[in-house]
Amino acid sequence: MDALMQVSHVSYSYHTLSGETMALSDITFSVGEGEFLAVVGPSGCGKSTLLSLLSGLMEPEQGSVEFCSGPEETRTQIGYMLQKDHLFEWRTVYRNVILGLEIQNRMSPENLAHVEQLLEEYGLSSFKSARPSELSGGMRQRAALIRTLALDPQLLLLDEPFSALDYQTRLNVCDDVYRIIQKEKKTAVLVTHDLSEAISMADRVLILSSRPASVKKTVSIHFAQPGLTPMQRRQAPEFKDYFNEIWKELNSHA
Amino acid sequence: MPDLTDRQAEYLRQHRRHHHLVSLCRFLVFAGFLALWEISADLEWIDAFIFSSPSQVLQTILEMGGNHTLFRHTGITLYETLLSFALVILASFLTATLLWFSSSLSEILEPWLVILNSLPKSALAPLLIVWLGANMRTIIIAGMSVAVFGSIISMYTAFRTTDEEEIKLIYTLGGSRLQVLRCVVFPSNIPAVISILKVNIGLCLVGVIIGEFLAAREGLGYLIIYSSQVFKLDYLIAALIILCVIAFCLYQAIQKLEHHIRKSRKF
Repeated sequence: MDALMQVSHVSYSYHTLSGETMALSDITFSVGEGEFLAVVGPSGCGKSTLLSLLSGLMEPEQGSVEFCSGPEETRTQIGYMLQKDHLFEWRTVYRNVILGLEIQNRMSPENLAHVEQLLEEYGLSSFKSARPSELSGGMRQRAALIRTLALDPQLLLLDEPFSALDYQTRLNVCDDVYRIIQKEKKTAVLVTHDLSEAISMADRVLILSSRPASVKKTVSIHFAQPGLTPMQRRQAPEFKDYFNEIWKELNSHA
Repeated sequence: MPDLTDRQAEYLRQHRRHHHLVSLCRFLVFAGFLALWEISADLEWIDAFIFSSPSQVLQTILEMGGNHTLFRHTGITLYETLLSFALVILASFLTATLLWFSSSLSEILEPWLVILNSLPKSALAPLLIVWLGANMRTIIIAGMSVAVFGSIISMYTAFRTTDEEEIKLIYTLGGSRLQVLRCVVFPSNIPAVISILKVNIGLCLVGVIIGEFLAAREGLGYLIIYSSQVFKLDYLIAALIILCVIAFCLYQAIQKLEHHIRKSRKF
């Protein structure tokens, strides 16, 4: 598997007048092409900071984040899904979904056709002219994902994208999003504090320590039966072993 | 329309009844006040020369309406108010945008804006007359001076408190700062801007009247000052009533605008 992104010795601190807070300390890992990587860690350990660095919104103070797909502008090849869907109520669902294309001035017929196809495929085409408030929580999250996919990114960054949903919706949306990501053959990095979510979706789980975050351990996830959905994974026998392994690792203060 | 259950119908009936009762009472307060005023003047409980009476005021309004002086004064005040209002909105919108773009600039200007805003603006009017002369331009600037600083401060505050995550979304989609402004800051702050409009239309009217007190030969402010000096209280009260009507109509116009925008944006 070729590496799509290489993170080497990245450190980052926040500066305020009252002092310096180190958020990330010497983090090194890579993301393989087509891989689903989950990053777990205690709350407030700097997971979101890590995503901001990966996306290029912020620059690391030390170390480097390299996107290994050539010299093209990287920002447009990375899709970022935030915790909340942030669909704008003053735009219709369709105009929310094409927001990225509009901003990057890429409203070509091919790209718009791609959006049409995504909306059709993921059950939103009849809601194109609806307002976001008319959608259910799960549909909103799908619309937000389509907004990200419309730009055809090579790498998807997911920042606890299900944390604002209630439990039942969350399980369903988790399945939906996983299916879409698999189908569109995207590489994804999911940041979460929910271990079950990480194990049920990822190929590999990166465990971070509490602040300042460093990589504690990487766990590869293998299920005997291939092609399970997140929901099915939760019922597989290996699930609880992985859960216990990662749980112990998170709680050890070695 | 689907059939209503009895309880729903009863609820709607009660709601309507309450609504009618409130409207009736509002009217009665007004009518009672007018009646009391008229009776007190007729029975000479109050001096009708100083306090006037509803019938005299009505007669004055009809008389002034007949020879068009009322329309001229009202029209001029209205024109000056609307012009200064438009300029205030334009100036504060541009300034707030500029301040949003440059946080250093806003840091530098903030204390000065606060000081200018807390200054009693009526104190500026005499200065404006000396600088600019007793003309309509002075009155329009006096109208602006009352509203503009507060309007800049509240509009900038609204822009600045735009949801950080929504701004981040635009950056994650590869947007520039200008696009953040266009796609998030402006549209998400339309409700805030409308409430700023509501406050400022009233303030502009205040400023214009102050200006007219000091520097006008026409307008309702001039009419008020003139009639108080020559003890024509009928005129003064007529002018006050017209002012009430103007203030009410301007507010209603903005309310209508708000309603229209809400409907077209559905939020």
